[in-house]
Amino acid sequence: MELLQLLGLETNLLTIIIVSALPLVFILLYALVTLYLEMKVSAHIQDRVAYMRTGWHGVLQPFADILKLLQKEDTVPTAADRFLFKLAPFIVFAATYAGFAVIPFSSVYIGSNINLGVFFMIAASSLVVIGILMGGWASNNKWSIFGAFRSAAQMISYEIPIALGVLIAVMITESLNLQEVTQFQSGGIQNWVVFGGPLPLTQKLLLLPFTILTFFILFIASIAEVNRTPFDLAEAESELVQGFNTEYSGMRFAMFYLAEYANMFLVSAVVVSLFLGGWSSPFGTALSGPLWDLFWFVAKGMFLVFMQIWIRWTLPRLRVDQLMYTSWKVLIPFLFLCVFAVGLILVL
Amino acid sequence: MNPVRTYFRNIWLALSSIAIGMRITFKHLFVRSVTVQYPDVKLKLPPRARNRLYVNMDDCIGCDQCAMACPVDCITIETIKSTPDQDLGVTSTGHKKRLHVPQFDIDIAKCCYCGLCVYPCPTECIVMTDVYEFSEFDRKNLIYNYSVMTPADIEEARAKLKKAEEEAAAKKAAAAAAPKPAPTPPPTPLDPK
Repeated sequence: MELLQLLGLETNLLTIIIVSALPLVFILLYALVTLYLEMKVSAHIQDRVAYMRTGWHGVLQPFADILKLLQKEDTVPTAADRFLFKLAPFIVFAATYAGFAVIPFSSVYIGSNINLGVFFMIAASSLVVIGILMGGWASNNKWSIFGAFRSAAQMISYEIPIALGVLIAVMITESLNLQEVTQFQSGGIQNWVVFGGPLPLTQKLLLLPFTILTFFILFIASIAEVNRTPFDLAEAESELVQGFNTEYSGMRFAMFYLAEYANMFLVSAVVVSLFLGGWSSPFGTALSGPLWDLFWFVAKGMFLVFMQIWIRWTLPRLRVDQLMYTSWKVLIPFLFLCVFAVGLILVL
Repeated sequence: MNPVRTYFRNIWLALSSIAIGMRITFKHLFVRSVTVQYPDVKLKLPPRARNRLYVNMDDCIGCDQCAMACPVDCITIETIKSTPDQDLGVTSTGHKKRLHVPQFDIDIAKCCYCGLCVYPCPTECIVMTDVYEFSEFDRKNLIYNYSVMTPADIEEARAKLKKAEEEAAAKKAAAAAAPKPAPTPPPTPLDPK
């Protein structure tokens, strides 16, 4: 609500609705950019050129794609559970959007400045599983239900590394509120939690290996959380057609798509807020201010989104057992080690 | 191997191979792409590329060898004999043209681009070109009519041939009606010919 004060607006229902819709505007713009980015990056990684004919280097293609999806018929399979089938995409998107409530986009903008921010984000994004399971089940299609089951198993397994990774950052910053976490890290690149946070030098150096390790593990787990390659078992095209969203068309399919892209940014935003200093400028007080803060936040978030795209077009998909192995036998033991070590260092 | 060592080795292998892979893909982000923007840029076809057929009717002698060679029967040729008083000219390869060709149709929709019609042609008048953009909305437009004769020409050639045939028949009849000269001895089986 600092934004309202900054703009000199009074707090009433209308302004609150407008302000809380700002992340939605951001998501829609971001989705257009990321759709284009994903196609271009994937193409250039494979020595192709992607869209070239819609506008300059195909920049209008995302608009064309959305227009196409809007015009498509909204089909529901005869044997599907109509109510759940129609509801699922909205649950997935709403759950993702709920997560944006606690993301501090700038020093003056955070949807809801609650003291359990990250906890709420983890809880809200767990709801995505319900939506995906609902979509897969209601489609009444074996591939969809396979995809939904896989997705549920995967997302639940990867909640644990995410929760532990978040816990480590919270132990260092001593807050669950992402705005406070970000303020804790302000003052330049050396104060970011990934580099040990603004602690005394010896503690910082001791923390450094563990925070970097946690950052990487959290990043890996966040990719799994959003069902992207190499963890895209839920929508494995080659095995399950398209997974839980096989039967969807038109705008409902677009909702799933949008939710996936929004989720990509959401997890990146959390990682950025916890480990990469959130909206704080990497040069201390230079280049900071409400708009610069937004710029730094989006730039850091987009960098992680680019990393996700880069990884997607590099690695093949994991097998189900490899996926579980990675989570339970590699990420979690290492995170336990980190939790133990960080706790010990902070106490000493 | 020691399971603990295997565990850490696997993690190390996974991480190092991911790093190698990501380095390769990052390099390829800046490699010049191999895509040819097709309708704007066209690659030159190899010299013996087989695409659309072309028939140079000035050189066609109506020998029908291409139609016979065609495995999918996409060439239809009709001919009319010329009369001795007509001179149809010579082809560029020096063959005398003796037949009118009122119909020389190639159904390019059926054509399998094997090129078998090209080799038997004695005057090299049927050739494969490098034209490959000839899609049509109506399949009938893919039947190419190469004959240069107009309906009037065809009518005239038919009439002339008919007249010549009638004249020949009349001559034959006249010859048959005329009294025979000395009868020729019947050929014997042992006649060495």
